[in-house]
This record gives sequence, C-alpha cells and structure tokens, in this order.
Amino acid sequence: MNSFLFMVRRDLRLALRQSSDNVMVVMFFVLCAVLFPFGVGPELGILERISAGVIWVGALLASMLSLERLFQTDYEDGSLELMALTPAPLEILVLAKVAAHWLTTGLPLILASPLLAVLLNMDSDGYGVLLLALLLGTPTLSLIGAVGAALILGARRGGVLISLLVLPLYVPVLIFGVSAVDAAIGGFEYKAQLFILGGLLMGTLPLAPWGAAAALRQSLE
Amino acid sequence: MTNFSGHNLTCLRGERLVFKGLDFSIEAGDALVLIGPNGSGKSSLLRMLAGLLKPYGGDMTWDSESVGEEPEQHRGRLHYVGHHDCVKAVLTVEENLTFWARMHDKNVDAEAKVASALDTLSISHLADVPGRFLSAGQKRRANLARIMAADAPLWLLDEPITALDKESITKLERTMADHRQNGGMIVLSTHSEITLENPKILDLADFAIGFGEGFYDDDEEDLVF
Repeated sequence: MNSFLFMVRRDLRLALRQSSDNVMVVMFFVLCAVLFPFGVGPELGILERISAGVIWVGALLASMLSLERLFQTDYEDGSLELMALTPAPLEILVLAKVAAHWLTTGLPLILASPLLAVLLNMDSDGYGVLLLALLLGTPTLSLIGAVGAALILGARRGGVLISLLVLPLYVPVLIFGVSAVDAAIGGFEYKAQLFILGGLLMGTLPLAPWGAAAALRQSLE
Repeated sequence: MTNFSGHNLTCLRGERLVFKGLDFSIEAGDALVLIGPNGSGKSSLLRMLAGLLKPYGGDMTWDSESVGEEPEQHRGRLHYVGHHDCVKAVLTVEENLTFWARMHDKNVDAEAKVASALDTLSISHLADVPGRFLSAGQKRRANLARIMAADAPLWLLDEPITALDKESITKLERTMADHRQNGGMIVLSTHSEITLENPKILDLADFAIGFGEGFYDDDEEDLVF
C-alpha cells in the first residue's frame, strides 16, 4: 500500500512539474467539441441532439492521446526496470500510475465537460448524469488504455497502434455513457446504464493492471 | 553463510542462443566480475540474476531456495544498475533517490540514508538540482548513490564505472569493499580496470555460443526452436 502511495505521489509531482502536457489534453478535448458547431452548423436542435455523443467521443480521444505516454518515459529512462525490481507487485504500481494519470487528465476532463455541455446546448436535465457517467467511465478508459500503452512499448508508431488496440475496447463505455445521458434528457430511467458503467469499471479494475503488468514484463525481457 | 548460485543457466535472446551451461556460485563477501567480449551475454546474465530475464534453462538458488519461486523476496534483496541512469529530469536528485529508497524499503529512514549516500559519492551539493542539469557522470553517481540509500545484500552492476572520473571510481571501489565487508555480494561486468580484493572472475566467452554459429547447430539438438 505504501508503494502505491509513493508511486502516485511521484507521478503527480512529475505531472505538475510538466503541467503543459495535461493542459494540452484538456485543450484538445475543448477544441474538439468547439469545432463541431462549425462543422454541423449552428442549429440548436442538432447540437442538442449530438451533444452527449460529441462530449464522450472527445473524452475518449483525449484520454487515448495522453495514455500513449503513460509508460513511455519510464521505459526510456530505465525507471520501468527498477519498478519491476522493487519488492512491490508490478500490478500495484501499474494501478498507481493509472490512478495518478486519471487524477491529472481524467478529472480535468470531467471538470471541463459542463462548459462543453453549455456550448453544445445540452438539455440541463443531462448535466448531472453526464458528470456521473464520466466519473464512472473515464477511469475505465484509463485502465483499458494502460494495457494498450504497455503493449506498444518499444514499437515504432506506437500512437497509431494504440488507437487500433484500444478504441474498439472503448466502445461499450461510449455506448452506455451516451445512452445514460440521452435517457436522462428524455426523462427515462438511466440507472441501468450507470450500473453497467460501474460494472465495466469493476471488471477492468483487477483485470487491466494484471494485463498491463504482464505486457510490461514482456517488454523488459 | 548466504550463498547465491546458478546452475546450468542458458540464455536465449530472440532465436539466438547467447550462452549455455553457465554455473556460478558466490557467498557473502564475494565479488564476481563478468568479463568477455561484446555480445557474450554479460548484460543478459546480470538481467537474469535480477529476474528481469527468465533463464531459458537452468535455475538459480539463494541459500538453496529456488529464486524463481519467490520473485518478490528476491527483488527485495538486490539492487540493479543497468545502462540507464533512471534520473527524472524534473525531480531533484534528492527526490529521485528518496523515491527509490522508499520503494525499496518502506520503513527506511530515507532522508538520512539518501544524505549519507550523496555524501559518500561527494554529490551532496547536487541534492537540490533537478535531474536535467546533471552531466552524464553526475547522473551515474546519482544512480550509484541510489543503491547505497537502501540496504540490499546483492548488487548487480552493469558497467558501473562508465562516465565516472578517477576520483569517483576510487570512491565506488571503497564503497564496494565496505559492502563486501558487511556481508554483501557484488556481481559486476566491466571492460575497464576496477580494483577489487580477490574477485572471482567469470569469463563469459567460455560459455558464450560463438557469434554467427550456435543456433541450429548439430549439438543443440536438445533445444527446440
């Protein structure tokens, strides 16, 4: 447990001292959503209809963009080897890295999303559910992305590869995230979708660190 | 007396057999120096001893207990210095070392240990300097200070004196002597001169499979590719 906290603290410290990386992810997210009204036209009805989907797709892409480098720098400077050689299980350290990553990128995305909801004229009934769904969904994205990030270590053009590996796995989160918001706006029951998002999180929480750690060990051989 | 040994170790990288039938045995206070031409598997052997690389054949034991069965215990008793210096550019030297010391041993009094390690290698004045301002030799010294900041009996050093000046080499030699005095073991690979008191020498060339031959060779029939 202590190792977990030391690791989170180190990664947070690293992220704060290189904060431009995280700001860029949020900027990408915001710009992505801001571009849509230019593309599809300023009709409020259309924007309202697509708002939940746009925000979720933006969050998906932004999360993937930042995950590419989750293990890369540690791999390049040899820190990853040393992590694999500390007495703590590598799975725990992967989980710590994902947690730190989510705190520095996932959380800012969630905080920025109400602004985008306003820009896209989302019905105010959906705000609360959007936040809840993002809160349940973005950690899942980070966890799944960690497996992809671990698998691409050492590969050239890792960025393209990670999107091929990870985006298909993001689809369930996207479907239920969007449908929860749409249901809330339409006045329907939305708990089921949130439960499924929670279930996905519970499923990936033990599986993803395990898979990512196995991939990391492979890359160190 | 603590004993660390390997029996009949075989190393396979990709599809190339690097060495086979390698035995070694060291006891508390011993130093094992790996020599051999480039590519003969010195680094691979060190990574194998650290547990980063699984032996293709053979096994390693620590006090007659198999290392492969208790990997976490084994990791707790070793320090590894590889080709990279693992110094984070935006963290100060002290932050870098404190992190690793705590990761290695959560109960360690990290501040005091790090301070004394920095002092040993005469880089106390760099404690508050971020990693990106260090020279190659200073980074290496920081990396070597890392292994002194948390106790572990087994030191695995891959070319530890690369980029070091003469004075630092002397200090490292003294530290290694102290470590052995206290019952530690050292395995190191080198191409240059390091003064160690009666070291054991392991010439990898004796076990290495000649470059270009070896795989798909007739006497490798027991190996399945």
